[in-house]
Amino acid sequence: MVSFDKTTLALTTSLAAAVTFSSVQAAEVEVLHWWTSGGEARAANVLKELMEAEGYGWEDFAVAGGGGETAMTVLKSRAMSGNPPSAAQIKGPEIQEWGELGLLGELDEVAEAEGWDELLPPTVADVMRYDGSYVAVPVNVHRVNWLWANPEVLDEAGVEMPTTLDELFEAGEAIREAGYIPLAHGGQAWQDATVFESVLLATGGTEFYQQALVDLDEEALGGETMVEALETFKRLRELMDDDMSGRDWNIATSMVIEGDAGMQLMGDWAKGEFTAAGLTAGEDYLCAAAPGTQDAFTFNIDSLAMFRVEGEEREAQQALARLALEPTFQEAFNLAKGSIPARPDLDMSEFDQCARQSLEDFQHTADAGGLVPSMAHGMAVRADVQGAIFDVVTNYFNSRDMAAEEAAERMVNAAQAAL
Amino acid sequence: MSPSPSMARPADGPGARRSRAGTLHAWLPKLVLAPSVAISLFFVYGFMLWTFILSLTNSRMLPSYEFVGFAQYARLMTNDRWWVASSNLVVFGGLFVAICLVLGLLLAILLDQRIRQEGALRTVYLYPMALSFIVTGVVWKWLLNPGLGIQAMVRGWGFEEFRFDWLVDPDMAVYTLVIAAVWQASGFVMALFLAGLRGIDDSILKAAQLDGASLPRVYWRVVIPCLRPVVFSAVMILSHIAIKSFDLVVALTGGGPGYATDLPATFMYTHAFTRAQVGLGSASAMLMLGGVLAILIPYLYSELRSRRHG
Repeated sequence: MVSFDKTTLALTTSLAAAVTFSSVQAAEVEVLHWWTSGGEARAANVLKELMEAEGYGWEDFAVAGGGGETAMTVLKSRAMSGNPPSAAQIKGPEIQEWGELGLLGELDEVAEAEGWDELLPPTVADVMRYDGSYVAVPVNVHRVNWLWANPEVLDEAGVEMPTTLDELFEAGEAIREAGYIPLAHGGQAWQDATVFESVLLATGGTEFYQQALVDLDEEALGGETMVEALETFKRLRELMDDDMSGRDWNIATSMVIEGDAGMQLMGDWAKGEFTAAGLTAGEDYLCAAAPGTQDAFTFNIDSLAMFRVEGEEREAQQALARLALEPTFQEAFNLAKGSIPARPDLDMSEFDQCARQSLEDFQHTADAGGLVPSMAHGMAVRADVQGAIFDVVTNYFNSRDMAAEEAAERMVNAAQAAL
Repeated sequence: MSPSPSMARPADGPGARRSRAGTLHAWLPKLVLAPSVAISLFFVYGFMLWTFILSLTNSRMLPSYEFVGFAQYARLMTNDRWWVASSNLVVFGGLFVAICLVLGLLLAILLDQRIRQEGALRTVYLYPMALSFIVTGVVWKWLLNPGLGIQAMVRGWGFEEFRFDWLVDPDMAVYTLVIAAVWQASGFVMALFLAGLRGIDDSILKAAQLDGASLPRVYWRVVIPCLRPVVFSAVMILSHIAIKSFDLVVALTGGGPGYATDLPATFMYTHAFTRAQVGLGSASAMLMLGGVLAILIPYLYSELRSRRHG
């Protein structure tokens, strides 16, 4: 009994110590995110260390599940019970939805002190603002319209990296004749949509993309350009293999790595797979803008949205927002993620050739107006509209007899029904 | 089940104490059961009610209480994907229940022929039930993948023209769900029927044989009619599995190709949790509940009626 009492006493003391300690320690932020894979988790840890170096506490609230669906469900239940975390990984128009619920807190002081308006391209800054105030901080920029290729397969087929859709089909034929699968793809709705938006961008250009997939303009959605884009998209199916149904994107990427397939249309997170396989960009694998989209950049930006909190926690939260945009974190995080920093003024010498090209195109398109949000990755429209468009795209892509005109019509209906 | 008064009453002691103990005995079961009743009232029926209320609102990402009447149900009725999901459920549910019953009955009859090693065989057929649908789904996904599984194997044997690509064919993919689900559940139905067969009085069979009935005829006219209650329970259990099927679809086809193998359960999950349409998702959940009730109420009714008659 004595030893039991001692243990209890020890426990109580240490518990009391812990309680005192946490109340003594300045302020703490709780960050909900789904950066849980090896490299990502290490990258998120950099931010944690930066916070701790400034004397703030970091309570990690990682919810696994790549697409963040689980994390979002957890976040919703926390928000509903009136106890949201200080910051959460939320992106795109969802930031606006949370803003409308009145749950987000503003970051204008930090933004002004750090000069975010000058630092961030206006298109990116718009996504981060709700009602004129900054409510979120971008951590990286993914480019979605990439074409990846295995140079050995291209050599054997005697083709160059295609730069137009026509060249893509020609190259595809040559690769097939050489005995390889021309285009690696996984038959999942979001992958279908990823390929589709690149084709649409190549067919109609950035202005049309903006009208159709961002503004949901009915004429654009049901018009001739859309029909043409859908038909081209469907033709790409001939370049893919028959077994793609349900395949994960990284399996498709590994087909390119192994040399079973020639090319893949996928965002720059695919680079993580190439890097993990020990390949070097520009030598062992090639990257280029998706054919016909050299002057455009479909972005997918991860960001941390800040919830409305009070007192010390708010102070820590503001520090988090400042640190998240600082070069140290931006560089470490993006080297691990395969993306590029959200601030274009960083030294890119550590980054590989693909990332440098990505940044160059990012700056160029930001000035010239080719920077568009990715529909397939939830940057352009709300989740319900996005889902409805996914349904049409994937159904059309997989159906044998649906005409492109019918699909375009359904697209219009989908956009209307969801509004 | 309540304890009888004579048992509750202590053999001796003052009257007041006796009655207090009696009260305690009478109330104890109710007291002990009360928390679980309260919990299930709240978490099952309360949430059902909440889902119904949500289905009448325009809730999007988070629940809101702006009522819009039956507008979400109307939207559901015009949603192409919902109809695909519902008709898939009819095809999948119908075939799954029918094939499981036929196959289960056949296996049970064959096992019932007093064969050697019956116990081992029974276990072999029953084991798939011990797997989760996720495991079944993944295994069949590999088996049915044209480039990896059965088709590739048969082609490897030299039959170059052999095709078995249902998994990637939007028109046929729903039947792959049936294959996997039947593989999983028919052994269980077999066990149910086997128990039923063992319960049939031998003398009935002998009497039929004495009357000169052939073996198939004995089974068709005598044994199978005797198994009617078993058929009934099997249909109930299988229909539940069919309506609630979610994990199998997620693991086997992911709802694809396109959304060709979507079922109401996956539809509900997608819309309520990933597409920020809580109202629409709730409406579909209520329709699913309606489907379950349509099966459950006749079942309860007949159960209660037969008990009253019994």
